[in-house]
This record gives sequence, C-alpha cells and structure tokens, in this order.
Amino acid sequence: MTTTHTAEPGLAPFSIAGRTFSSRLFVGTGKYRDYATMQTALDAAGCDVVTVAVRRERLYNERGESLLDALDTSRYTILPNTAGCFSADDAVRVARLGRELLDQLGNPGASWVKLEVLGDKKTLLPDPVGTLEATRELVADGFQVLCYSSDDPISAARIKDAGAASVMPAGSPIGSGQGVLNRSNIVLCLEALKRGDPAYPVIVDAGVGAASDVSIAMELGADGVLLNTAIAHAKDAVMMAHAMRKACEAGRQSYLAGRIEKKLYATASSPFEGAISYIPGE
Amino acid sequence: MRITVNAEPRDVPDHLTLEALIRDLELHKAPCAAEVNRTLIPKKRHPEHELREGDTVELVTLVGGG
Repeated sequence: MTTTHTAEPGLAPFSIAGRTFSSRLFVGTGKYRDYATMQTALDAAGCDVVTVAVRRERLYNERGESLLDALDTSRYTILPNTAGCFSADDAVRVARLGRELLDQLGNPGASWVKLEVLGDKKTLLPDPVGTLEATRELVADGFQVLCYSSDDPISAARIKDAGAASVMPAGSPIGSGQGVLNRSNIVLCLEALKRGDPAYPVIVDAGVGAASDVSIAMELGADGVLLNTAIAHAKDAVMMAHAMRKACEAGRQSYLAGRIEKKLYATASSPFEGAISYIPGE
Repeated sequence: MRITVNAEPRDVPDHLTLEALIRDLELHKAPCAAEVNRTLIPKKRHPEHELREGDTVELVTLVGGG
C-alpha cells in the first residue's frame, strides 16, 4: 500500500520589497563553526534570503577563507545589514558600502538593506530615533529598507510611515534565544502595520532560540522570521536548520488554518452519547 | 605621503589612486568597497580617484552576519 500526500496548502510564495520568494525564513551567515556547516545549514533551512555584514578588509593577515568563496551568490538574495552601527550616519554609510559590494557581485540584494541602528551594546535594542532618521535617508536614496525595530507598535508604525519596505520587530534581544517574549506586542505591531495594507510584510527578527519560537511568530501572523544564532550555535546546526524550515512552514499553515479559541473548560472529543460508563452529574 | 587605511597609518606614493591602493593590498580580486573621508567612492571611479595626504580610507567587504 502506498501513501499519497496532498499538495501542501498555504505555502504559496510571498513578496517583499518587490521580490518573490518561496521560503519565509531569512537566515544569517554569522557564527557558524565553519563555512561547510554554514552551506549545508542554509541549504537545509531552504532559505532564499541570507543576511551578511559589512566589515573592514584585513590588511595584514592571511585572508584565508572568505564568506564570498563559500556563499553561492547566484542562489541567494543577499541582504546586507548595518549591524554594529550606533548612529544613523554610520548606518547610512554602511548601507551604501553594502550596496556597492552587492552591485559588484551583481546580486539582486544590492538595493536592499537590513537596517539596524542600535542604542546600546549590551541589549542591542534599536535606537528608535536613529532608526527613523536612517530609514528616511536611505529610502530617499533609493534603498528598500527592511528595518529592525523593537516590538513597540508605535515605533513600528512610524518606521513604516518613513517608507520602510518591511518592519522587522524583535521577538527578544538579538542572539538571546528567548523567543517571542511579548506576543501581544507582536500582534499589535501586525495590526498597526497591516491595517488597510494586509500584504505589508512583517518579519519577526531576532531572539529565536528553538524551532517552536519560529512557529509561534508565524502563528501570530508574521510573514516571515529572520534568525541566525539559533541555527549557527545549535549543537547540530544542520539538524536545527531542518527543524527551523519545518517550524516556519508549520506556523504559517497553522496561522492560515485558523486556530481554535482558548477555553477555560474541557470539551470532549468523543461523544458522551452512547457511552456505557457512569458519567458524574448525569 | 601618509594616509590612514582601515584605521592604520600607511605611507604611500604621492598621487596614488584608489584603484592602485586596492591592487597593492591585493584586495582587487574580490568585491571591495571603498570610502575616502567617509564618502563612498564607487568602483568605476577608483582609477581616477587620487588619494591625498591625510586621507582616511576605509576598505570593506562582506562577512558572515545576522
């Protein structure tokens, strides 16, 4: 006897910043044990978009392996970030350098930036004022700004108003592995950003620790999840990447399928009618 | 003349172009973006962009990140 699987419903491609992707998982390229593990993990995650950072060339050390030797730039849309920037000015500079590098590679991510303007090195939480300033400047300069933000719905709405192609509220601090700490705020962000504009893409960025965190973000109605450390620092990065892919798909399907309401009391799945047993109270 | 490249002082010939600096540092084979005095200089302008005494140059590439 053979088992047949029906086509997976609800996993249609989605569009963000003028491009369409089949995967809703965006994966970072940092902190893997080695590039071979990164390559296999990215493949297992099934992602179409990967994030990278812009850093100084090393002038005196042997270059050794380079990320660009390990990354198939024809396969992935490369989203350069402004990680490590604590002012709008620096973030704008780094975004322009990232665009220049991706232009040299001919990668479609050239006009994209994952904007991070950080407020504090310990928490890596975003500076809301600097984030807005940089968003405005980069949008005016022709960038598609995918913007890291806090989970504050007012900040998120301001960033969208400033022209960001996507707002990406944090589930919890970057690399913390705490998951989605404030589900209500993520829902409020989604409401604020999608009001009258349901296709506006909202990505939960940062804080994922395990596959269940990805499912939770997607079940809340996020359009995608961006993560790095949870895969790169898992004991088995490749197995975790598989889990993340399935969690993202499962969360999306669970959201679209429509969950039941939570109730205080139980409701039996098997009928009481016809039961041969004694039922208390009847 | 003396310039600063990636936060380190460096003595280079007068009128050195940005393209020549990048080639001398053997960074020309992979993508490399350049800023001079905090302003991006696109690659197509590297051959004509002559560096000056005291310039601050940043040469960057892509690395792993989240």
